[in-house]
Amino acid sequence: MTKPVNPRGTPIKEAEAVGIEFPVVGKARYNYTTGEALGVFLAGLKQGRILGTVCKRCGRVFVPPRMYCSYCFRPVDGWVEARDEGVVVTAVASYIEATRARAEKARVVGVIKLEVPGYKFDDHFFPGIMHYICVDDEAVKSMGIFGMRVRARWRPVEQRVGSITDIECFEPAGP
Amino acid sequence: MSRNINFKHRVAVVGAGMTLFRRRLLETPQELAWLAAKQALEEAGLALKDIDCVVIGSAPDAFDGVHMKGEYLADGAGGWHKPVVRVYVGGATGVFTPIAGWWHVASGLCRKALVVAEEKMSHAAKPHPQYVFRYIWDPIVEKPLNPNLIWIFAMEMHRYMYKCGVKKEDIALVSVKNKRNACGHPSAQLCDPNITVDDVLKSEVLVWPVQRLDVSPVSDGAAALVLADEAEARRITDTPVWIKGIGFTLDTTHWTNRDLAYPEYVRRAAEMAYRMAGIDNPRKQIDVAEPYDPFDYKELHHMEGLGLAKKCEAPILTREGVTQRDGDLPINPSGGLLGVGNPIAAAGLMKVAEIFWQLRGEAGARQVKKPVYTGLAQAWGDLMQAGTVIVLGI
Ligand SMILES: [Zn+2]
Repeated sequence: MTKPVNPRGTPIKEAEAVGIEFPVVGKARYNYTTGEALGVFLAGLKQGRILGTVCKRCGRVFVPPRMYCSYCFRPVDGWVEARDEGVVVTAVASYIEATRARAEKARVVGVIKLEVPGYKFDDHFFPGIMHYICVDDEAVKSMGIFGMRVRARWRPVEQRVGSITDIECFEPAGP
Repeated sequence: MSRNINFKHRVAVVGAGMTLFRRRLLETPQELAWLAAKQALEEAGLALKDIDCVVIGSAPDAFDGVHMKGEYLADGAGGWHKPVVRVYVGGATGVFTPIAGWWHVASGLCRKALVVAEEKMSHAAKPHPQYVFRYIWDPIVEKPLNPNLIWIFAMEMHRYMYKCGVKKEDIALVSVKNKRNACGHPSAQLCDPNITVDDVLKSEVLVWPVQRLDVSPVSDGAAALVLADEAEARRITDTPVWIKGIGFTLDTTHWTNRDLAYPEYVRRAAEMAYRMAGIDNPRKQIDVAEPYDPFDYKELHHMEGLGLAKKCEAPILTREGVTQRDGDLPINPSGGLLGVGNPIAAAGLMKVAEIFWQLRGEAGARQVKKPVYTGLAQAWGDLMQAGTVIVLGI
């Protein structure tokens, strides 16, 4: 005898389903607050700067910034400016949208480990953000993108609104 | 020897049940919970009146489309007019639910507990259940980039491939093994006895390196367990399966600040469970395991986090056949999420039920070849954050 014995349930096809359809929340929208640390971060992006915070007790640099060090559980000691340049630690090529629909063209996205003058970081904890990377999807498939130096491509000043999308993407920075 | 014996009661699993796992089931979430709970009670030879408290597990309310899902499910889960609680740690919920059941009984608060996990992803119909996951991303720095959930898995998978030099062919072997194993499971959604590595590598590319057959499906389903303290367990059955260790930890949501190649959150949860179970060499002391496999690479990644393989070694063990049902360390003999299906919380609890049936020798067509005395189930959840581990033994 194989357990479970006669598991129950009635499979149905989408088309046969007599269901009740209901919109998630109608026209309701969330309106998220930025919080203290990310509010300063977004204001920095508008000026073309990537800001982080630093905890002097453990030496960690936080990008995106936090107002407290989660490791020492104390307030951070202040702000540092990261370069708008770093290396790709992982990247993927997306062929689908958030809705699961097929995308018109591939979109490369990854995590960029940013440089902060005066600090060194290992692989275990580093300032890093997720963003689009303006390269061909072949660079992802060949894995050539790992370790690639990339630099932020900023939107023109007049188009910036104080959002992570004030950076259009990261693009190859050359050697 | 177990080092942590400061608990009031030993806790045993004495019954398990589950529904079919399918893309879309007619039954409501309450009805699914009831079907699974009823089967678990019957297997234990108990009625609802014998149950002292109920623990419910379910992942985001947004799937079923019912807020207060715990309160809603309490009826079908047998929780009315009883102490009842619902727990939730994303994908890690299914293994966290019996962990919470364990402390209800180990503490002496309840003598017999019913543990029920349910998920109905098909309710989140339009545009696709994946869309519901957009609310797990950071609203300020991530959501404006319009992410799909699969991005984060693809990033972790690719980092793991890069760091360990793993090929997609090696990872696809996991999907092939699990979808074939699922053919022995009466509840399975995606049994495929003839699937090959080539099928996986030729399936639709979603987010490179992730392809459609690297991923578990969208599913509806429920699963349930009955737990009892030692005195009750010995009255109920001659073959109780003991909960020997439990562990659970959470990392921060700041996943872009850490290396994704190794699941630290699983290692810490496993260490907690092993300490309690007196396990110091998991590769030798665990006979059969059900690590969480919503994606094929996750099985490998989690084997390494659990210490069942050394770092970067899991793909080699897989290639050598060690993780097959007749291998030295059978991994996901149930068919896992890739084969049986992935109604999130119910899928995690299905894994615990599988270890229960394997240790009792009741897995029938799925029974692993070697004799098994100690087994493990593990789940993972959230933004590469949650690890939950349970060790069972006879
Ligand atoms: Zn600190």
